[in-house]
Amino acid sequence: MDFDPTEDQRLLGDSVARLLASEYSFEQRKSLLGTPTGWSERLWSHYAELGLLGLPISEEHGGFGGGPVDVMLLMQAFGRHLVLEPYLATVVLGGTALRLAGNAAQQGEVLPAIAEGSLKLAFAHGERQARYDLSDVRTTATRRGDGFVLEGAKSVVLHGDCADRLVVSARTAGREDEPEGISLFLVDAAAPGVARRGYALRDGTRAAEISLSGVALPREALLGPPDAGLPIVERVVEAGIAATAAEVIGAMEAMQAMTLDYLKTRQQFGRPIGDNQALQHRAAEMLVALEQGRSMAMLATMSLEEEDAAERARAVSMAKVGVGQAGRFVSQNAVQLHGGIGMTEEYAVGHFFRRVMVIEHLFGDTATHLDRLADQVA
Amino acid sequence: MDLRFTPEESAFREEVRTFIRDNLPREIHERMRLGYPPRKQDTIAWQRILNAQGWAGYNWPKEHGGPGWSPIQRMIFLEENLSAPAPELLSFNITMLGPVLIQFGTEAQKKRFLPRAANLDDWWCQGFSEPGAGSDLASLRTAAKRDGDHYVVNGQKIWTSTAHNADWCFCLVRTDPTAKKRQEGISFLLIDLRTPGIEVRPIISIDGSHHLNEVFFTDVRVPVENLVGEENRGWSVAKYLLGNERTGIARLGKSKERVRFAKEVAREVRKEGRPLIEDRGFRARVAQLEVDMKALEITQLRVVSAYAKAGGNRPDPLSSVLKIKGTELLQASSELVMDVGGPQAMPVWQQELAALANEPAIGPDWAPQMAPNYLMLRAASIYGGTNEIQKNILNKAVLGL
Repeated sequence: MDFDPTEDQRLLGDSVARLLASEYSFEQRKSLLGTPTGWSERLWSHYAELGLLGLPISEEHGGFGGGPVDVMLLMQAFGRHLVLEPYLATVVLGGTALRLAGNAAQQGEVLPAIAEGSLKLAFAHGERQARYDLSDVRTTATRRGDGFVLEGAKSVVLHGDCADRLVVSARTAGREDEPEGISLFLVDAAAPGVARRGYALRDGTRAAEISLSGVALPREALLGPPDAGLPIVERVVEAGIAATAAEVIGAMEAMQAMTLDYLKTRQQFGRPIGDNQALQHRAAEMLVALEQGRSMAMLATMSLEEEDAAERARAVSMAKVGVGQAGRFVSQNAVQLHGGIGMTEEYAVGHFFRRVMVIEHLFGDTATHLDRLADQVA
Repeated sequence: MDLRFTPEESAFREEVRTFIRDNLPREIHERMRLGYPPRKQDTIAWQRILNAQGWAGYNWPKEHGGPGWSPIQRMIFLEENLSAPAPELLSFNITMLGPVLIQFGTEAQKKRFLPRAANLDDWWCQGFSEPGAGSDLASLRTAAKRDGDHYVVNGQKIWTSTAHNADWCFCLVRTDPTAKKRQEGISFLLIDLRTPGIEVRPIISIDGSHHLNEVFFTDVRVPVENLVGEENRGWSVAKYLLGNERTGIARLGKSKERVRFAKEVAREVRKEGRPLIEDRGFRARVAQLEVDMKALEITQLRVVSAYAKAGGNRPDPLSSVLKIKGTELLQASSELVMDVGGPQAMPVWQQELAALANEPAIGPDWAPQMAPNYLMLRAASIYGGTNEIQKNILNKAVLGL
């Protein structure tokens, strides 16, 4: 058992912290939010130079050969600054799909391009009716000739507006919510029949609605085994849960620090409001929640390589619940302890609040995962 | 970073588990499984079995009769012992007095008291709290006046758990009433409870049991050789005692064992024609507890592993997180158990008395302790520094408020 980062991880953490300290102040971030893409191509290249985009990609594919813990530490740092670039979509979600399901040719083409920053991915799985049911896929892929034709629509695709390639799930067999019969495809976002409408989520990060009408694909577009894509989808989602759990930890740390600072400086009745025990105890409860959440983010990360799928899913669900509840508690109280200023767009705490809110509603919310755990009580 | 136990640690857990399974007397185990607190003779019997194995002073260094375990081994041992369930080692002897004597005691004190404490030949209790000194411990008033080779002690202690079972009491007393700061002028004394002038009066708690006492001291003569550390420096001894490794404080093994018990009983009782364990609401409640226990388990591992790395006796402020969450979970699991029992948890089933009187059995065997355990555990967030005091500690030590 060991909770300390390695020397390499420490060094990487330091350089990321330096970069974000100089490039990601609240004001700098705000100006990025105002740009058409909503994030910075320039920083994306920086990330590539630092090796961040290839962090979990093998050295053979031009990456750093890191593991889940490296990604966790990076996402935590991203969470502290509310980084807007499509890292989750490209490296974590898309990258995991490629690493798990891609054949040698697909990996050889895509993974090095991700690592060098020349290719962005999005994970186009969710659909409007599906809510959090991963097997609820209506989009179809019909065999035609040697290839497939996609028909359907994908919803709230994270950074789907800027992706160069899409990992699309579609039914090659089975009824709408059957676990079998789902296949994954690697689709060029500029292919005829792909239409995208981009928008911002409530936290300013980008997503898109994607319609697929008569999108013709060659056989080589198939990613992983036909009809058996769901287990891959599940692992991609698990990687997403672990990464965003770490991001929430970073966001909670930032909110906790801001709140403490405010309690020490804001004066009312002639003294700092942090002199009041009711507020002190709330701050202590936020710390307890943060630490419990941190433990759960570690659990999610360290479970990703667990071989037993049921055990892995259970640990990840536990973490999603634990981090979801901690995040809600810390962010709600961060706003509360700030009072009116915490409600304003111009103040940072509300931005962290919204990032945590959005993350809780990705990949299955707290109630959904608690329900799964309740099913398993024995 | 790695959450897994090493093969050696897993083997150690197996060793402890096997030893407990093979050596814990069946009757004690069965009573505890049903939620009964260990009786005096149960605690003594089990501690002596552990002591014969060399495990009673589980957190003591080797040269003082401990097994020389790492902090992680200690955590594993405590967890296995709690979740067995087996009687806990008497904490007054093992986690409080032992480390204090090892750190501050004279050679004579160590020689005289440590082996007997490990073997529970002496049952110790803790004389800290007073009617006017609860969370504000430094306001204690029980006085010890030097008279030749003795201190003469006058005053009153309260909430003294197990004083009615005890042979000895380690006490905080005021030796210098004129000291400028209240923390100065306090001394740490070992008092033989058979000394004339001591009266122990029971306090019956809301669970209907006798755990707590008041202890009155009237002109009690205590030999000077029973002073631990320097005169008027008892506060630092007490702080050492309270800040001493507190990783067992979460008592997570107990919560796990209680949730397990709740699930067992929930297979037997029914709701809407089905076993309660199949009920959605019940399952969600269990799932939530299991999530919270998992988080605490990892937080505890983090604290223990930081402690193992630091090596010294440096209390981690995060142990206040363990105390707060640990006691919340103990309380929540005791509520779960009681709620599973429902109306059957409410009667005062005097099953043991009925058995002694050769009367037919009354009530289910799992029911009698459900409500008393819930009631007694309301104290968990009060003793050992109330959870509100723990939040104050976090504010001061971590948050800087």
